[in-house]
Formats: sequence, C-alpha cells, structure tokens
Amino acid sequence: MSDPSEDIDAHSGVETTGHSWDGIKELNNPLPRWWLISWYISIVWAIGYMIVMPAIPALPGMGTNTLGVWGQSDRTNVATAVTELKTERQASSITLLDASLEEIESDRELQQFALAMGESLFGDNCATCHGAGGRGAKGYPILADDIWLWDGTLDGIETTLRYGIRHDSNDQTRFSMMPRFGRDGILTSSQVDDLAEYVLNFSDRSHDHAAVTRAAPIWQAQCASCHGEIGTGDRSVGAPNLTDAEWLYGSEPRDIRETIYNARNSHMPAWEGRLDDASIKALAVYVHTLGGGE
Amino acid sequence: MTKVTLNLHPSAGKGGPTPPPAKPLYEKRRQIYPKLAHGNFRMVKWVVMAVSLGVYYLIPWLRWNRGEGIPNQAVLADFGSEKFYFFFIEIWPQDIHYLAGLLIFASLGLFLVTSLLGRVWCGYTCPQTVWTDLYIWVERAFEGDRAARIRLDKAPMSANKLIRKTGKHVVWLIIAFWTGGAFILYWHDAPTVARGWFTGEAPLSAYWFAGILTLMTYFLAGYLREQVCTHMCPWPRIQGALTDEHALNVTYRYDRGEPRAPHRKGESWEERGDCIDCNQCVQVCPVGIDIRDGPQLECIHCALCIDACDQMMTRIGRPTALIAYDTDVAVATRAAGQTPPKHRLLRARTLLYTGLLVIIGALMVFGLSTKATFEVNILKDRSPPFVRLSSGDIRNGYTLKLVNKTTISRDMTLSIEGLDEATFRIIGIDPEGVTSLNLQVPPHGVDRYRILVTAPANDSDPQTTFTLHITDTENGESHANRTSFRRPN
Repeated sequence: MSDPSEDIDAHSGVETTGHSWDGIKELNNPLPRWWLISWYISIVWAIGYMIVMPAIPALPGMGTNTLGVWGQSDRTNVATAVTELKTERQASSITLLDASLEEIESDRELQQFALAMGESLFGDNCATCHGAGGRGAKGYPILADDIWLWDGTLDGIETTLRYGIRHDSNDQTRFSMMPRFGRDGILTSSQVDDLAEYVLNFSDRSHDHAAVTRAAPIWQAQCASCHGEIGTGDRSVGAPNLTDAEWLYGSEPRDIRETIYNARNSHMPAWEGRLDDASIKALAVYVHTLGGGE
Repeated sequence: MTKVTLNLHPSAGKGGPTPPPAKPLYEKRRQIYPKLAHGNFRMVKWVVMAVSLGVYYLIPWLRWNRGEGIPNQAVLADFGSEKFYFFFIEIWPQDIHYLAGLLIFASLGLFLVTSLLGRVWCGYTCPQTVWTDLYIWVERAFEGDRAARIRLDKAPMSANKLIRKTGKHVVWLIIAFWTGGAFILYWHDAPTVARGWFTGEAPLSAYWFAGILTLMTYFLAGYLREQVCTHMCPWPRIQGALTDEHALNVTYRYDRGEPRAPHRKGESWEERGDCIDCNQCVQVCPVGIDIRDGPQLECIHCALCIDACDQMMTRIGRPTALIAYDTDVAVATRAAGQTPPKHRLLRARTLLYTGLLVIIGALMVFGLSTKATFEVNILKDRSPPFVRLSSGDIRNGYTLKLVNKTTISRDMTLSIEGLDEATFRIIGIDPEGVTSLNLQVPPHGVDRYRILVTAPANDSDPQTTFTLHITDTENGESHANRTSFRRPN
C-alpha cells in the first residue's frame, strides 16, 4: 500500500515528506513514542492545572475569573508575605522603639536600618510635597538645607512629624497664625507696600528708604513680636528668619507683599496614628541626615 | 535562482483521495543493550570517568585559606554574600564579566576541540555520557553483558530477575543521590551543609536541589540515555555545524571495508573488503547506530566501535583501524584511488579559534592579575542637586561607596581638590567643616557614606568639576574620583 508518489531519500533510504527547501528535503522519520506520551501527559497536566489553579479570566457575565480548587491568589500571597515581613522586621523595629533617636543615629547598624526604612517611608508619604531627597518646593520647606521654621534637632523633627503643623484634629500640633494684614483691614494697602520694602531691606534689597522709614513703627507694632526686632524670626512660633538667603514663598517684592497681605500659614498633617512609632522615628532620623540636621 | 517548493499535498491535483501514510507517525523506542568493549579507547573512557567524577565529587571538600571570616572552601558559589570563590580567584558581583569571559573561553575551547577532533566532548566528557556509562557499568554488574541482559528482559518475572533488577535500581539511586548531594556542596560550606542535610538544618533549597538532581541523574542516565543526545540536546546540531571534512571523526573506512561480506577461515581476501559483517561495532554502540552508515547525528563519537572492530580484526589476522579516527576527506580520497593529503591540524578555523582563545585568555589573566582590591564609587545626589544654606553658601550631597576586597581593615583619608574654599562633612561622622577626614573600611566589606560638600556661592560658575581623593594612610594607595559641584545660576 505504498504511495506511488513517495519520494525516497537516496542517501538514507528514508521516505521524505515531499517538502523541499533549496533542494533540501525533510525526512519523514517517526516521532519517538515517549514524546507522544509526554504530550498526552502535558494535556492531562494542563486540564488538572485548569481545575486547581485560577485559569480562565473573567469573561463578560462571569464577574470574576475562575478561582481554582486550591484558591491560589497572588494578591493573597503578597498580603501574606507583607504580613510575614512585618513580623520579621518587628525585631528591628523594637530596637528602634527602645533606642533614643541619638542612639539610632550614632549606631552605624541601627542608622543604616533606620535610613533604609526612612527612605522608603519618605518616598511614600512625604516626597509628594517635600520632593525626593527633601528638595522642597514653593510653600513646602527644603529639608536638606540648614534652615528650619520650627526645629531641626532630632527630637524637634520627631515632634513635627508626630503632631504636624496647624493640623486641626491634633491638640499638640505646632500652631501659630500670622494675621491677614491687608485682607482683614489691619493695615492699609500702602502700609503693606511699605512693610514689604522694610522686609526687603533685611537683605539689603530695598531701594525706597522713605518707605523703610515709614514702615519701622509698623514693624515694631505688628511684626517684631514674632519675627524679632531685626527680622531673625522665632522658631517657637514658627516665624521664619527674614534675613537669610532662603524664601519659602519666593523672594520677589510681590511675593513678600502677598504674604503680608494674605498671610500663608501652611499645614502639615500629624503622622501619629497614621504611621507607627518605629516608622516616625526612622523618618526623623532620615530627615535629620538629609543634611540640615542640628 | 533559488526555487522553493512546498508541496504539502503530494496527491493534490492528481485526483483521488490521499492514500493513508505507509509509516506510523511515532515509534516505540528501541531498547539498546550496549556490549562491553575492550581496548584502548574503553580504557581512556574509564580513566576520564574516574577523573571527572572524582573532580565533581571531591572538589567541594578542598579547602583554601583566605583569611579570617572568609569562607575557606576552594570552589564555592556563595549566594548569601554574593561572591564566587575559585581557588585564588574571587569574583564579586561587580566582576561578573569574568564569569562571562570564562564561559566564552570554554565555548571557544569546545569549538577548537571540535574542529580538530570532532565530538570528543560528547564521547568522553559530557556528564550525560559519563553518568550513562557509569549506569551501564552498574547494569552490567547486576544483569550481565548484552546477551544476558536481552535474555533477562525477555524472561518472565522470577526471584532471580527481581533481585537483579532491584539491586540495579538501588545502586542507581544511591549514585543519583550522591550526585545530587554533591551538587549542593558547591553552594554552601560543604561540611556544614552535608551535616545539616541529615540533621534537618540545611536550607530548604538544599533539599529541593538535591532532590531534583537525584531524580534527573536517575532518569537521564538510567532511562533516557541516548534519547537525551538525539532528541533533547542542541549540542549535536551545533557540533554538526562546527565539524568539517578535515576534522578527525570516528569513521568507518569504507574504502578498505567494502564490499563487506561474512568470511570463512581460509577463504581468500581478494576482491572484497575487510569488513566481515560481524556486527560487533553495532553491538557495543551506546546509541544503537551502525557506524558504517557514515557520519550520523546520533553518533557521540565515543570510539567504542573502534575497540570492538580492532579486537575482531586482530582475531582474524587483518590489520586494525578499519574503524578509526580519520577525516572524511582522507577516506574519500583513498576511495577514489589516490593518496590522501597529510592531515592538517593548522587550518583557517583552528588558527582562528586558537587566536581567539589566546586573546580572551590573555585578557582574563591581565584583568584578574590587575583587578582592583579597593574600589571607590562616588554618586552625586540628583535630588536636590544643591541647597542654599542660610549663610548663602551652596551645598551638594554625594553618596560614597567604598569596596574593600582585601582581608585587612583599611584606614583611608578623604580630601578634596579643585573646589575653592570647600569644606565637607560626613553624616554620622561629624565634625562639620573639615577639609580632610579619616575613614575606616572593614575587611572584605562595602561601606556607604553620605558626604555633604559646602562651597561659597558663585553665580558665574554653575558647575565645577573637582576631585575627591581617597588615600590609604598606611601604604599610600590613592584613588582619585572626579565628580561635579552644582550651584544655582
């Protein structure tokens, strides 16, 4: 019963498939049987796999993908792994809890741990406003420089983190309120202009000496109690030093005028309750080592 | 002009239904019962087996003193601390290109050997060949040689058969376990992991890999054998492309052997070839082919047919080497009645491979002998690129990474050159505002520091390139690293 069109390879005496590529022909050798058996086994395996594992995606009308009898779920696995990791880290977190901030920063191993933890926490929670590496933005202080509105010590940073700034629902939050001098009619518009010249004069940038002279008594009456006689600020009330090179809301005369007219009074949330104590400590150490720590 | 014909339906257009295929689509595996060969090549194979298995099983137990606190195992892939130890060579993650170099060197070595001597790798040293050979040796010890094994397999089950078969599988499994067990010794301290394996203290991966390697050895060497070479391994295909008509391959000299025919004692040898069709070459073949069919994909060039044929030729009083290491071109020339040219070892491709081997080898030796034992990396902070301090000065942050590959603690001095009026401090190691600072780098370790460099503002110079010098206080070894200082402009 052989095919009359059968093509026999002269060299090997084996029938060819009749396929020819540049004169090279494919021999029609039979497949090893164990290959075929392996293939059947893979089919059985695939069916078993579809039964025990999630295999069919959520098609229209199904609501969810098939879950499989083993209930395997990557989502659940990740959640379990995260829980396990937290338990595992508990050991080190406890050391962070027990150690003082100074101890954490001076112990090289604890410091490395706190910094690694702090860096990722900072990225998740703080960098949105303060920028990666604490580079800051208009209205959001740079954390890498040596200028602090409230406190740049380890403990001070921890306090700020824990209770926030002007955070309504926290009793211990850092609080102060600069009046809206122009908007609330405390000062006239021209007095605000004069005061702006007075503030510029701290950094020798005023060109209107008459205005500076006019503003001097206003400064003494309205501003000096918080920002100091000579504008060096007061950290206990978060009043910035107006004589240094850094301006949180911009250094241009109109920026300064707007601050006096409308006031700024920015907010930072209290992290107590949102982050655990070990995380807050790690963050405090991280922020302290960004470069400005006192 | 190239013509491609793809005739999927040979009978299409001729009318009438396609007749059913004459051959089945798949076939049962033909069981191979290799006969024991005697001779020089068999002896060489026993020696190679003993040496290579000895190397594999014993190397993890060799010790190599590297100093306090560093593993003293001569060959160790230490994943935990991300280091690879090979006698005096130590590969850190940043030296990974040496491993690539080693692999390139090994492949070029294989290319060279293949172009000179054909598939000697397959025939003598491939683990699949070596372990299969060992397993067949065990099989022979329990079930006898070829004829006895064929008889035993055909015989119905009996106490004798059961004992012989059971014994064989037990020994196979012991060898398999020994093989899988030796594998994990390369990844951990051998004595520790060997003891821990039995007391339940070894890492889970050690059990897992020992188990996988045990099963793989048992199935690949015990059952799959030549099927691995013929149907799974890509190497026969690659070697097929690397060998050529000038390579020495195990070859049946058809110019001398043909026409073959059985021969009775006293008959004339005139008008016929030396091959007496005794089939000994086929019986000893571990892959079950007939070498007289010419070069074949399945042939692993183990040369056992040479031994078998030589033995038979000696017995009937004819010259040996009817099957021998020979080149295709020599056999073809002789068959055409001419004298074959002298065998040329120096050919374009062997010279090319040798040249490349020498170049890669020289590069590796040069690289390894001049490999830095102390590395300094400095990475400038990208965010913030700079900060302005209350004094108006500008500060930049850097991460300094020091890699100490030596086994002693190093005292290094840090100083800055090329940045006017610059001072620096290192977080965690105050004080502020110094111009040079000492750092201690632990032996065999990596240390990271954050450095803050402060310099006066200068609107006309937004970016200054400067040099950070790290100098060993004891031997004066100095590393200069250039980086930049950014200012607002």
